[in-house]
Amino acid sequence: MAEHHLAQLNIARLRAPIDSPELADFVALLPEINGLAERSPGYVWRLQDESGDATALRPFEPDVIVNLTVWQSVDSLRGFVYRTAHLEPMRRRRDWFVPADEAYLVLWWIPAGDLPTIAEAADRLDLLRRTGPSPEAFTLREPFPAEPSTSGS
Amino acid sequence: MSLEAIGALREPARRAVYDYVVAQPEPVSRNEVAEAVAIGRTLAAFHLDKLAEAGLLETAFAARTGGPGAGRPAKLYRRSSAEHAVTLPPRDYRLLAEVLASAVERSGVEPAAYAAARERGAKLAGGDPVARLQELGYEPFEDPDRTIRLRNCPFDALAQAHPPLVCGLNLALVEGLAGERDVRLDPGPTGCCVAIGSKNKKR
Repeated sequence: MAEHHLAQLNIARLRAPIDSPELADFVALLPEINGLAERSPGYVWRLQDESGDATALRPFEPDVIVNLTVWQSVDSLRGFVYRTAHLEPMRRRRDWFVPADEAYLVLWWIPAGDLPTIAEAADRLDLLRRTGPSPEAFTLREPFPAEPSTSGS
Repeated sequence: MSLEAIGALREPARRAVYDYVVAQPEPVSRNEVAEAVAIGRTLAAFHLDKLAEAGLLETAFAARTGGPGAGRPAKLYRRSSAEHAVTLPPRDYRLLAEVLASAVERSGVEPAAYAAARERGAKLAGGDPVARLQELGYEPFEDPDRTIRLRNCPFDALAQAHPPLVCGLNLALVEGLAGERDVRLDPGPTGCCVAIGSKNKKR
């Protein structure tokens, strides 16, 4: 049993209301993509409400949706995000979301068995935005290992 | 390093060995190479190890199942994931590409980039699309379902840093090039994420 799991938050600002025709393709893809995540190697947990997704939760701003998940490793998350049918909605994200001029995705390590909270996720994103990637808050492009080797060893 | 690597390919027999290894879906042994290229095993091993030294091939040991030598670990060779590029005088188009990719993502103009890639693909079209994809470095092959898959991503380093953008550009480029064929994203563990179906586009 691994000692650490990887927590992942990404947020996206909607171009139009979630129930508008502009977002219909995205909403229609959600059940399939969520199911795909759950069947992917290394999947641990995702934030969801009674409807089965998290699009109704708006803890940041009224037009910003959140995706909060837990994975066994950076590789398992990367495999799902970029090497499955999830890539197709990623390719089309400009159809639905406003481009971000700040970090919109943050990763951090949590003790295996714990679940992240939205408040903690918001703090990690804020840390990433203020100081750039670090072992406490990082990105897929610049990942950090769960247990940094101690200096001098 | 890259000049040395490319120099290592000057010798025709070594080039033939390299071309054979990189075209194989699985790592290969020196015996397979010797047979395929019609040279002795010792010479095949010599060329293979020179290519590995130059960073063009990677080696691994694996127990083979069945046939002669079963159970005994064999030294196997496959293409290295390292890239080699030489420009004289020095140019750094990858750095430029990374800057431009970041700008595209930041400003959200992916749809414009896809449109440009589709137009470029259409300009590159002509004749057999599979042959054109081969010329562009995609290393196409047909899988058992008659789907054309692309073993190599010509933009791999950039795709690692900007997957949705670069995979979207690849899709649009191949769509432009393949005309009426049904082109889609169908990512697997390796290779280019674009696949070309055996049927024409649904209308």
